[in-house]
Amino acid sequence: MSGLFPLTVAGATSRRAGHQLVGPVDLTLGGEGVTVVIGPNGSGKTTLLRLLHGAARLSSGRLDWACSTEEARRRQAFVFQQPVMMRRSVLDNIAYPLTVRGTKRAAARAQARVWGERVGLGEMLDRAAPVLSGGERQKLAIARALIAEPELVFLDEPCAALDGRAMREIEEILGAARANGTRLILSTHDMGQARRLADEVVFLLKGRVHERAPADKFFNQPETPQARAFLRGDIVE
Amino acid sequence: MVDLWSGLAQAFWLVVTFDKELLEIALRSLQVTLSALLIACVIALPLAALLAVRRFRARRMVVAVLNALMGLPPVVVGLIVYVILSRSGPLGALGLLFTPWAMIIAQVIIIVPLIASIAHQSLRDLWHEYHDLLISMNVTQRQKVATLLWDARRALLTAALAGFGRAIGEVGAIMIVGGNIDHATRVLTTAIALETGKGEFALALALGFVLIALAISVNLAIHWVGRTEREGRW
Repeated sequence: MSGLFPLTVAGATSRRAGHQLVGPVDLTLGGEGVTVVIGPNGSGKTTLLRLLHGAARLSSGRLDWACSTEEARRRQAFVFQQPVMMRRSVLDNIAYPLTVRGTKRAAARAQARVWGERVGLGEMLDRAAPVLSGGERQKLAIARALIAEPELVFLDEPCAALDGRAMREIEEILGAARANGTRLILSTHDMGQARRLADEVVFLLKGRVHERAPADKFFNQPETPQARAFLRGDIVE
Repeated sequence: MVDLWSGLAQAFWLVVTFDKELLEIALRSLQVTLSALLIACVIALPLAALLAVRRFRARRMVVAVLNALMGLPPVVVGLIVYVILSRSGPLGALGLLFTPWAMIIAQVIIIVPLIASIAHQSLRDLWHEYHDLLISMNVTQRQKVATLLWDARRALLTAALAGFGRAIGEVGAIMIVGGNIDHATRVLTTAIALETGKGEFALALALGFVLIALAISVNLAIHWVGRTEREGRW
């Protein structure tokens, strides 16, 4: 079985109602580490992640994985900014990706129990998922994304509106996934989080990749005035 | 007013003495209605889920037609089923006319649009909520339908109960296709119509009270069975 990477994006655009939301974007992504997508509101972070994942259609351009697109879709997962809580128990929510892949219910639930414990939801596995708090929901969503052992996980603002403690716990989970070899591509507004997690930064502006660099270089010596202004906290449009 | 009280008293008496005829009629009512409900749910719920999940050109029109069919006049349904099942009709050879099966068929036709329409509303909302997640997980169409039906089960119970309510109280269609034959196709509603026609208002009222009690009991039982979430736990 060939790997997922490199992912080559060539001239990718997304248009809606005559508006160009993203693109044209040209990128080549390798198979290791954490890529953090940053940029001001409306710069197209979420749309870009959805395009890469295949959850949104390209209006034009190409997106090529090292394997077939269908195979690539099976080997990746997506964590949404507002995690969807299925109307089931926490345990059955986490087990869901395995059950739809044909794993027997008992085996899927046993594995979900392990993942539930791992992300700190061990005490609430039998609870109805829709009653969880924001941080717990996000942990559930991450466990649900990781349980099928994807090679790549997209996370759209995984810690938006979470307090410091919940954010630290989620970053620890993501750190463990990364150490396990899972490729992470996430968007964030939080520059502190970007500095803590990123190996590489993609700075988006008006739907285009304005700057892309290794994290150290981007945070210490950004090349463009817009990136410097964004890092200073200035308003960049 | 006297009839009302004597109806209540007679209903009470019929129930406590386990009146054989009442029991037979009530059981047949339940049998016909629950069979129709089961068959209608098997047709209507997947149909509603498919309409929520699949995008095709005539989808809006199908939904609009389904909504319109909720008001299908039972007498007309009865008439059409009668023509189809009558000896000279296309399905006359099956010999179903004036049997409980004919009554079940008529009830199924009446309640499928009702159940499908109510279920579709809930499933459409749930699909809107789940759409991104299920798409991102590469879930097949069949799995989408199964997931929606399972996760919306309590809302679907409401749709089923609405269907049950319509079916158990139905009289026009089943009178035509069942014929209200004693010990064969007589059910509570047709018995009430018969007793009213004979001027036996007290007995008709008694049967009516039994029908109401039966409907409420079944509703409560189904609600109790379907209460899957308790105090935030599943």
